[in-house]
Amino acid sequence: MAALEIHNVRKEFGSERVLKDVSISIDSGEFLILVGPSGCGKSTLMNAIAGLEPVTSGNIYIDGKDVTWRTPAERDIAMVFQSYALYPSMTVRHNISFGLEMRKVPKAEREAAVERVADLLQISHLLERKPAQLSGGKRQRVAMGRALAREPKVYLFDEPLSNLDAKLRVDMRTEIKKLHPRLGTTIVYVTHDQVEAMTLADCIAVMRDGHILQLGSPDEVYNNPVDMFVAGFMGSPSMNFIRATLEADGDGYALRIATPDEVDLLLPWPNGPPYGRAGGAARQAGDSRPAA
Amino acid sequence: MSETPTRTALRPTASGRLQAWLPRLVLAPSVAVSPFFVYGFMLWTFVLSLTSSRMLPSYDFVGFGQYARLMANERWWVASTNLMIFGTLFIVICLVLGALLAMLLDQKIRQEGALRTVYLYPMALSFIVTGVVWKWLLNPQLGIQAMVRSWGFESFEFDWIVDPDMAVYTLVIAAVWQASGFVMALFLAGLRGIDDSIIKAAQLDGASLPRIYWRVVMPCLRPVVFSAVMILAHIAIKSFDLVVALTGGGPGYATDLPATFMYTHAFNRAQIGLGSASAMLMLGGVLAILIPYLYSELRSRKHG
Repeated sequence: MAALEIHNVRKEFGSERVLKDVSISIDSGEFLILVGPSGCGKSTLMNAIAGLEPVTSGNIYIDGKDVTWRTPAERDIAMVFQSYALYPSMTVRHNISFGLEMRKVPKAEREAAVERVADLLQISHLLERKPAQLSGGKRQRVAMGRALAREPKVYLFDEPLSNLDAKLRVDMRTEIKKLHPRLGTTIVYVTHDQVEAMTLADCIAVMRDGHILQLGSPDEVYNNPVDMFVAGFMGSPSMNFIRATLEADGDGYALRIATPDEVDLLLPWPNGPPYGRAGGAARQAGDSRPAA
Repeated sequence: MSETPTRTALRPTASGRLQAWLPRLVLAPSVAVSPFFVYGFMLWTFVLSLTSSRMLPSYDFVGFGQYARLMANERWWVASTNLMIFGTLFIVICLVLGALLAMLLDQKIRQEGALRTVYLYPMALSFIVTGVVWKWLLNPQLGIQAMVRSWGFESFEFDWIVDPDMAVYTLVIAAVWQASGFVMALFLAGLRGIDDSIIKAAQLDGASLPRIYWRVVMPCLRPVVFSAVMILAHIAIKSFDLVVALTGGGPGYATDLPATFMYTHAFNRAQIGLGSASAMLMLGGVLAILIPYLYSELRSRKHG
């Protein structure tokens, strides 16, 4: 059964349409990454899943239940925010157990959950500190601990690593990747960093202007991008685009590429009919197929 | 050889020297004047409070006799009790109302700017205006009581302003009306400083809105509460114009506050010595609030 299903979700702010008929379905335990340039609607979609923003139309199902009009608390989700959003006046221990306390979990169980999470994230020695006394990386861990304490159906990560320095970001990325199979829970993760997307995801949704352009495994998105935008967005260093003309060449086709010294290159098209008649052809750099 | 240009660059020019001295020059008059006019007069008041001065200052020292007289004066005790009642209610109600208004205004409502101005406007009036307006409103023959009675509720009574036991609460009403908008603005500024996602996180954690404010947001606003209490406390202690305009200290002397007591005795009843003694006690009250505040401020700056 799909752990999370988003069905034709639309979101409008006044006359501006931020999400245009977005549909996604992921299985239980999958790691979905929403990636795209800023303003593409990925954070809005995340907020819609969390219930922090009502959708204009469409439905959201978590674990088979329609939660479109449920409050965030009723959806059984946990979220890690970009700014960490730790409660400044509470200790780390209290930060982690607050959600459980609000759900009237008995004290002994709360304590056990805090210990378990603190152990998992190696923050046991920080439990009595206040967030202001922690470094960015430690705060990040506490924010994750708060989400993990409550074993929800879906975890939402909203650009959790973008406030960390480069080294720490790589470390935390590895840690999240290791953590995922151990938790076995569905994760939805928003990022604008395509390296994060490629390394972490089971499934990537590339978004632009409120549309999902492509939904597939990192391998698919990387090797078979649906259009030039996806092709240019994924991969580092980014792909080269070369303008070429498609021509008939005997039985098959060939690409004619104009070079600056006015010597045209004619490259045979490997197999089958190409996508279109003329325009840009795109292949990832380092790919064996001809292009660059 | 090579040091010569450096040396010329270091030598201050005339305009540079003026730049350096300008702040000191501008501040100099107030620095020169304030020891005399503030601390000097404070000291003089203290000296007068130790004398038997009546209509004019005299230097016939009687020790702490004026303080003893003050302690035995029933009217002073009425004024002090009034200040306790007025100050406590004024501060507490202003804080609660201000915080509540700020939270309600913080719900991303339409026309927030206009509403904020409406609530903040009373602060733009002087206490004299507030006092006069509320005197009319509270006047049983003219104001609210008369209006409600004219609607047909003939037995409606709201005559606190002429009731010696209740008149002090009319001061609270007027002062709260004036200052709660200001407290709201303070709280609103504090609320705006809080990261939005903290509230979202608390929502996801399953906390209800009142709980979010009580458990998560209010603890972040402790510095705001602290400043608000400081400001309100000194408004309360200094309250003079409001009493003069609203009740004139009456009925009888039922709504006297220390400030009006001091004024009446020092300037109307030719009791400068007694008035000075009451002024010194008020100063003591202000210092009792200010010193812990300054102490904590300075200490936190050292730590910060």
